[in-house]
Amino acid sequence: MDKLSAKTPCDGLLPLTVGSVTLSEVDAGSIHSISAFNGKQKQVSDALKAAHGMAYPAANRATGKAGARAIWFGPAHAMLMGPVPDDALAENAAVVDQSDAWAVVRIEGDGVEDILARVTPVDLRSTRFKRGHTARTLLFHMTASITRVGDTAFQIMVFRSMAETLVHDLKRAMEGVAARG
Amino acid sequence: MRIAGKGLVDRSQTVPFVFDGVRYEGFEGDTLASALLANGIKLMGRSFKYHRPRGVLTAGSEEPNALVTVGAGAAQEPNVRATMQEIYPGLEARSQNRWPSLGFDMMAVNDLAAPFLGAGFYYKTFMWPKSFWEKLYEPIIRRAAGLGALSGEDNADKYESAYAFCDVLVIGAGPAGLMAALTAARAGADVILADENARMGGRLLAETYEVDGKPGPVWADEVLAELHSMGNVRLMTRTTVAGAYDQGTFAALERVLHHTDHRPRGAPLETYWRIVAKRSVLAAGALERPIAFRDNDRPGIMTAGAVRAYLNRWGVSPGRNVTIFGNTDDIHRTARDLLEAGVHVAAVIDSRHDAPGSDDYEVLRGAQVCSSAGRKGLESITVRRASGEDRIHTDCLAMTGGWNPSVHLTCHMNGRPTWRREIEAFVPTPGAVPGMVTAGACNGSFSTAACLEEGITAAESVLGDLGMTAPKITVPQAEDTPYEIAPLWAVPGKGRAWLDFQNDVTVKDVKQAATENFRSVEHMKRYTTQGMATDQGKNSNVAALAILADATGRGIPETGTTTFRPPYSPIAIAALGAGAEGKGFKPQRFTTSHKASVARQAPMVEAGLWYRPSYFPKEGESNWRQSCDREVNMVRQTVGVCDVSTLGKIDIQGPDAGAFLDFVYTNMFSTLKVGRTRYGLMLREDGHVMDDGTTARLGETHYLMTTTTAAAGDVMKHLEFVHQGLRPDWDVSFTSVTEHWAQFAVAGPKSRELLNGILDMPLDDDSWPFMACGPVSVLGVQGRLFRISFSGEHAYEVAVPARYGASLFDILTKRAEALGGGLYGMEALNVLRIEKGFITHAEIHGRTTAYDIGMGRMVSQKKDSIGKTMSQRAGLEEPGRERLVGLKPVGESKQLLAGAHLYKEEAEPVRSNDQGYLTSVCYSPTLGSMLGLGFLADGPERYGEVVKLVDHLRGVTTLCEVVNPVFFDPEGGRVRG
Repeated sequence: MDKLSAKTPCDGLLPLTVGSVTLSEVDAGSIHSISAFNGKQKQVSDALKAAHGMAYPAANRATGKAGARAIWFGPAHAMLMGPVPDDALAENAAVVDQSDAWAVVRIEGDGVEDILARVTPVDLRSTRFKRGHTARTLLFHMTASITRVGDTAFQIMVFRSMAETLVHDLKRAMEGVAARG
Repeated sequence: MRIAGKGLVDRSQTVPFVFDGVRYEGFEGDTLASALLANGIKLMGRSFKYHRPRGVLTAGSEEPNALVTVGAGAAQEPNVRATMQEIYPGLEARSQNRWPSLGFDMMAVNDLAAPFLGAGFYYKTFMWPKSFWEKLYEPIIRRAAGLGALSGEDNADKYESAYAFCDVLVIGAGPAGLMAALTAARAGADVILADENARMGGRLLAETYEVDGKPGPVWADEVLAELHSMGNVRLMTRTTVAGAYDQGTFAALERVLHHTDHRPRGAPLETYWRIVAKRSVLAAGALERPIAFRDNDRPGIMTAGAVRAYLNRWGVSPGRNVTIFGNTDDIHRTARDLLEAGVHVAAVIDSRHDAPGSDDYEVLRGAQVCSSAGRKGLESITVRRASGEDRIHTDCLAMTGGWNPSVHLTCHMNGRPTWRREIEAFVPTPGAVPGMVTAGACNGSFSTAACLEEGITAAESVLGDLGMTAPKITVPQAEDTPYEIAPLWAVPGKGRAWLDFQNDVTVKDVKQAATENFRSVEHMKRYTTQGMATDQGKNSNVAALAILADATGRGIPETGTTTFRPPYSPIAIAALGAGAEGKGFKPQRFTTSHKASVARQAPMVEAGLWYRPSYFPKEGESNWRQSCDREVNMVRQTVGVCDVSTLGKIDIQGPDAGAFLDFVYTNMFSTLKVGRTRYGLMLREDGHVMDDGTTARLGETHYLMTTTTAAAGDVMKHLEFVHQGLRPDWDVSFTSVTEHWAQFAVAGPKSRELLNGILDMPLDDDSWPFMACGPVSVLGVQGRLFRISFSGEHAYEVAVPARYGASLFDILTKRAEALGGGLYGMEALNVLRIEKGFITHAEIHGRTTAYDIGMGRMVSQKKDSIGKTMSQRAGLEEPGRERLVGLKPVGESKQLLAGAHLYKEEAEPVRSNDQGYLTSVCYSPTLGSMLGLGFLADGPERYGEVVKLVDHLRGVTTLCEVVNPVFFDPEGGRVRG
């Protein structure tokens, strides 16, 4: 009997360390897009809080913590990462499984902002872009979600199909920064 | 000539380098220009047009003459200013625009022909015959005139782009910039201080000023040390801020590795920065003006400020017997510096009658230098006084016509500078760039004390805007010499007095422009080429327009300046496009089956950003057609598997999902049963077809739309627009799930047999009729199944979460092969759909309507939909429109070509007889013929008629029969199994 085996988006590409910074793939668990139906934002936020312990994130913010996080993902969307969404959410929101749609990576280390400054136009200085801040923006030529998850750590998400380009573009930036010493 | 005890170079570090094949030595800290001057080399280049011998004129980025090519082979870099190129061991530089050598340049004959080559030469000559311009004249002129050249080879150097953000950007690190940065930094602002030089300090490094009783460079280093120690300051050396743009955005070029041959792996040669600053302080300094007089371009003649810079910063005297000429007190500073360094000063010529005198040297007041002499280098000058003309022997003339504030960046947003009479120069107009304050010499304040003070006040001003409190800072003590100038643009006389050294433009050329009625400064610029090319008239702009003003009887402010455009100094295209070469050009999207397809040697074709296999060659197949034909036959006879994950998949949910789909599709979706799929056609607002695809109803308020691969993004955008812009009241939500699902078409008579091997619940016709859809369990994994077909065969698309895609692909392939089937690629997919007359974006190319493609009846009359009204416009449904047909060759020629046009059989194949065109063609192994889809005037009414296909580009004429576009199985029996 044949059996289906699973592969991660960055299979064979990561981890990668250049200089002081490491890029690694994140197993984010299940990923679901939550989009509240008209007028149901509060019910959704309450359900999110009750079931998963975090509020529905405001624009450009992420709520929760590692393992159970909700990331603002656009005007009408938040991405619940980690837990399988409680059934109560689907009563008031479109809940769509995105677990396999995104390549999720973590980039961490001293000078990580210098690397991201090579690929994204967002101001990621720690005084402006703090832990819990997130942005839908560009990563070089790709659309991406970038979230600060630590003092020197960011989570980056791009389309699964673009995992190779993600690693290519970040590697290039990492090498450029590291080479300056 | 190196002067003992002078300069900031490190004399313990000898640096060997090569210029024009000859090895020289300089010191750590030298530029190529200073090191060549130290070695007694004055001739550094040939001029653009006349190939006149030229030496270095300046000591900075405004250098028009000493342009060299650095490096060799693919990475050679042309037009590098010798004044900016730092030397390093292994540096190899070459002079440009000369043949065979710098000393003996054949093209110097141009200089003898100068009377014929003046301004306007191109426009008056070579007018006839017309065709000769492009083929003969222009290539010859271009070869004779010019700068350096690129190698034409692929350069492996890495360039980088980057973003930076700050509260205050300070541009220029002279005394004004340093004080502005220090003030802003001490207030706690995030500061970026950028300077184009390798070492910060500006004129403090080039003069003998003291600040707070310390030598200028020492004071600058102390300030820099403090700035460096602060966490909120970024010091960017070798970084030219090149352009000012909207909302506090600046372009800046950092020359990261041009000063060394150490190239660590992955390191960028240059970084192109976009700096976003809440406020900016421009402290860009000023550029010294040469004076135009006859033959003022000989090597050895340079600006007085440059002479002092070479002496004080690099410990080099450009001459042993120096003369000085000018119209400001700077000439006296120059004389003092030279004398203190022990250099002989042959004469000081001050054009002002009331010039100050000196006990140390004689000053020729009210005198002017009116010409020079010397082969390939200055040997003497002629000085004119009321009493007559005298010749003075000299090997270096330091000249100054005053200073032009560097207003460039303040004009990048269409601002115009303001003329300030008392300094005979343009200064920035306040507010020309929002959020920018100017300080120091670029603001027309030339004394060190004024620069220091303005740096502080500029910082205080921007800190106030930012709501920050400026710290108390005492203005350091420094010289505060008043700037006394009497205008002197050009010394009258015969011969050629050079204004624009880089473009070989003379005083006479500018006057000629005025005579020819090119009186506007912009017209004069085009007529003479003054101010063009890489230096953008940095040295010549003001003098040229002063002469134009004089020639046209206007004042300088009325004459105005030409437009200052970014970049301030040249930027390599490679830096502008940094990172976008090779794999960085655009993202690559790979399916989960990509590696397996590549392993089977499938050539890839790009579909949008996706890579899809064209065909899967088998051993013995030497031609794509063999593979394609086999794959088509395989699908028709057994079973084929194809990755269709790239098609757009949009999850649509909400109480109003059905109503929404009825609105965006021409046909009905609210009536579709749960568990069924329907083909849908989508129009643009203008009534033309936008996209097509199937949409499945997964639940009462839950649909899944598929789009074509290429239009997935556009359709998503369209849906969001319709929702947000037209029907925000509808409760519906869209989520792209393209990436979540790996989806495979399984097509052919044995498709169900193949699927039943992997589905946990077997299929039959009753539970899974044509167009059924629903959840399935695939080898224990929850997936989805759709009974849809793009091949006309009994077919399905099976989807699993993408993590299982690669695995399912392998299993399907293996099992299909066991059934006599296998993989098929885009070529076979295309043939299969043409045989069935199915459309793609080749047919719905943006100019066709539902009526044109034979789907007019799909535009439901029972409801409104996007594009419906506009599709009913007069002209879009009228007789004579080109409509979709099938075409089969019937004559001797069997060749069909997409893009070919259609004519009546007897008609002459000219534009006015055009009746249509072909959009898709293939060879059909199923029907043993070439088949074509195309658009023909009243096509569906002309089945059976023979028309003529003509491809004018490829010279093919084929007679074709017009047929129904569904070539194969028109009853559709096969698809129902």
